[in-house]
Amino acid sequence: MAKDVAVIGVGQTYFVRGYEGSIRELAFEAFREAAQDAGVAQKDVGASIFCSAPEYDKQRSPAGVLAEYLGLIPQPTFYIETVCSSSSSGVKVAYSMIKAGLHDVVAVVGFQKMSEITSAESQERMGRGADIQWEAPFGTMMPAYYALYAQAYMAKNGLTPDDLMKVRVKAATYGQINERAVYRKGVKPEDFDPNNPEAKMAGPVASPLRVGDCCANADGASCVILANAEKAKAFSKKPIWIMGIGAASEAVNMSARPDFAKGLSVGYAAAAEAYKMAGVTAKDIKVAEVHDCFTIAEIMAYEGLGFAKPGDGKALIQAKETYKEGRIPVNVDGGLLSKGHPIGATGGSQIRTIVLQLRGEAGPMQVKDPDIGLVHNVGGVGLYGNVTIFGR
Amino acid sequence: MGFEKFGRRSFTAMTKTAKFVDLLAEGKVDGTVCKKCGAKFFPPRADCASCFSKDMDWYDVPKKGVLETFTTAQYAPFGFEADPPYTMGVVNFGEGPKLFARLAKDIKIEDIKVGMEVTVRPLKYEDGQLSFEIIKA
Repeated sequence: MAKDVAVIGVGQTYFVRGYEGSIRELAFEAFREAAQDAGVAQKDVGASIFCSAPEYDKQRSPAGVLAEYLGLIPQPTFYIETVCSSSSSGVKVAYSMIKAGLHDVVAVVGFQKMSEITSAESQERMGRGADIQWEAPFGTMMPAYYALYAQAYMAKNGLTPDDLMKVRVKAATYGQINERAVYRKGVKPEDFDPNNPEAKMAGPVASPLRVGDCCANADGASCVILANAEKAKAFSKKPIWIMGIGAASEAVNMSARPDFAKGLSVGYAAAAEAYKMAGVTAKDIKVAEVHDCFTIAEIMAYEGLGFAKPGDGKALIQAKETYKEGRIPVNVDGGLLSKGHPIGATGGSQIRTIVLQLRGEAGPMQVKDPDIGLVHNVGGVGLYGNVTIFGR
Repeated sequence: MGFEKFGRRSFTAMTKTAKFVDLLAEGKVDGTVCKKCGAKFFPPRADCASCFSKDMDWYDVPKKGVLETFTTAQYAPFGFEADPPYTMGVVNFGEGPKLFARLAKDIKIEDIKVGMEVTVRPLKYEDGQLSFEIIKA
């Protein structure tokens, strides 16, 4: 395993509804935790990268403003954006800068204060993360796009709404034990029963997806501090090395998507690249974080990542193989569904979870002694895909 | 006529493919085809992604296809609140680009199935906006 670039510090705020502070204060919380975790001071950080989905904040060009508030000036700072996978993209850029020898230590801060705008406005903005010229005029929104994948996948592979419900139940199992999650309640099958007037998860959103199939909006920030081998060894007792990075993009318009029943092509492409670079296969992954913005997205991720053959993803959740005690634990921190999805912060939060897992510091969520972990983070409707593999 | 006339609500005022809206008014749903290399595009593009040519022709999208997938939205984003429920879907013509649009309101939601045979027609809303929709073949 190449030991060139390591994660030496991770941080994450509580994911909440209605954070009582500004974006600079939100970002500061995540950076402070990561810096203290890494044992670095501001002067040790050679550059910073800020990541978020645009149009939630009134602040234009947030990188400079946040860098100042975090005490990271006069070092260079950058803003990287691939909507929901922004902070994974930021980590790829940080990795590149460190490998190129430009900087020894780089901080990647993902943030999002979704509660700056109403839920309806948020849906409209998220829809505009897709094709505004040719698709938004039909009244598109994120759940509808993923529902297109779900409908085709169900028709071909015999997946049922009950299988999707099982993904949500799993997410809630771990959301309850993750004190940083926005949704801390359990979810039971009765919560999806349309005949139960108390059922919170049963309401139709975009067929076949229901309320419970959709992730939770949240405010939050994450921070990942990366370093070259020399600094990693100097600062960290438990550096977690980046073994492989894969990234891909796809046509924005649904008219150019190859096969809805197969899932997101970026998931397959990014995984293949990351596995090749890392020199490992799906069988070597001991714990994974996947982009479960909707329940169907987790099933498709199992297949894109090679945890299951195409069409067989449902078997993993039916047999509880992706629970903490299963063959390949997935999203044992609650995932986007229960932990929450503060867009720009999500990738960094997923990376934090895997880093803590590989260090053996994941508390009640800890998987038994994992040595290799994977993060799968998708932007938009499979517009951007990022897979990053980590090892001890 | 500008591109603000396209769809239930347009987010784009100007595009070199704005003739698409004029063609809708004439009863045509058209993509573009590159005169140099023959690459076909739907939705239409002004520039060829394959050979860099900007010399494009219009072509009628195929008459028959199958519904590859669909979803019925029960609530809508900001600005579309009056519309739900509405169904959106993707038509696969067997070859070439697919097509994304809403399904016609007169198709019963319970009759919509993956794999059903469909075709596409232009649509004029009461407020004068121009679009296209998927109907049963």
